[in-house]
Amino acid sequence: MPMIEILDDACKGCLLCVPACPHELIHNTKAKLNKRGLYPVEYVDPDGKCTGCRLCAIVCPDAAIRVYKEVKKKSA
Amino acid sequence: MDVITIEGTEYKVVAERPKSLTDTPFTYCPGCNHGTTHKIIAEVIDELGIQHRCIGIASVGCSVFSYEFFDFDFISVPHGRALAVATGAKRMRPDSVLMTYQGDGDLAAIGTAETIHACNRGERVTCIFVNNAIYGMTGGQMAPTTLLGMKTTTSPLGRDAKRIGWPMKMSEMLAPLQGAAYIARVSMHDAKHILKAKAAIKKAFRAQLEDKGFSMVEVLSNCNVNWHMTPQEGVKFIEEQMTKNFPLGVYKDVWQEEAAKQTAKEEG
Ligand SMILES: Cc1ncc(C[n+]2csc(CCOP(=O)(O)OP(=O)(O)O)c2C)c(N)n1
Ligand code: SF4
Ligand SMILES: [Mg+2]
Repeated sequence: MPMIEILDDACKGCLLCVPACPHELIHNTKAKLNKRGLYPVEYVDPDGKCTGCRLCAIVCPDAAIRVYKEVKKKSA
Repeated sequence: MDVITIEGTEYKVVAERPKSLTDTPFTYCPGCNHGTTHKIIAEVIDELGIQHRCIGIASVGCSVFSYEFFDFDFISVPHGRALAVATGAKRMRPDSVLMTYQGDGDLAAIGTAETIHACNRGERVTCIFVNNAIYGMTGGQMAPTTLLGMKTTTSPLGRDAKRIGWPMKMSEMLAPLQGAAYIARVSMHDAKHILKAKAAIKKAFRAQLEDKGFSMVEVLSNCNVNWHMTPQEGVKFIEEQMTKNFPLGVYKDVWQEEAAKQTAKEEG
């Protein structure tokens, strides 16, 4: 399953990624502070809905989102 | 693409911080599109494989510290003089790739003469022009690009055309000059337009690499802090107001002109 990682210390909590995600997987939870005293967003995806579309990473002004996609193994 | 293993599963990284950026986090305000613009420039430089040849020119404005964020050589220059210094650097080191990164106050106010003449001379440099319709760094004064009716600290009642004239359209002004190879205006207001902007920036660098002439990409950008908006309201303002005054599109494309000339020749 694809997934994303928020680089907490680069994120400034501008929230531009929140409406960018078509599945509403990024939330402004304000659950923790980063090194700079800002609230980074949180990625919440218990049902594995992320498609790896990268829209959140594209709109991020701080290059604070990393997107991972599973490597498809060729069946022998 | 890098491949990493997490809990026994192999993943490839499909989006991450581009290699042409340093690890230093940007100092721009939350939501500022200076960051977005930096990111797509660095991605283009990575994709073209020209990082080792790049020299950036950091102009005066909020992007004055851009030399901290891009991982290649940089020159910091006086206000408005970016294209003059880029001209000198390119002529002394013709194998390097020159990029100026300038705001609207820098490029369209104090640096107007440098901009017009560098374009007219067809300098082989790429100019990234961040138009946020305001002087961001100094606290939100009116710029030549400020929209009519827009309130700034130096136009508290809103810009009035009768007294202060109209928002200056740099792309439209520069495109007719014969030295221009590629001139486009793009916007940062959503993912689709950011990807379009990236394609335009790549073309602008190609114009320099193929020795075609001067290239500029005007980026309509958010200064939500001095616009007194949230980042979301800011990008909405770009989409609804800025693009109305500053129409997006390609204003000069040397490849298209060459192709048109070629067909005209073939048809006799
Ligand atoms: C010679 C000189 N005049 C004036 C200034 C003050 N000053 C610093 S930044 C700036 C305007 C920057 O606006 P812009 O280029 O639009 O950049 P932004 O911050 O909006 O990205 C001005 C007038 C200066 N540093 N040097
Ligand atoms: S003042 Fe405006 S242009 Fe400058 S960093 Fe802040 S949002 Fe960006
Ligand atoms: Mg500006």
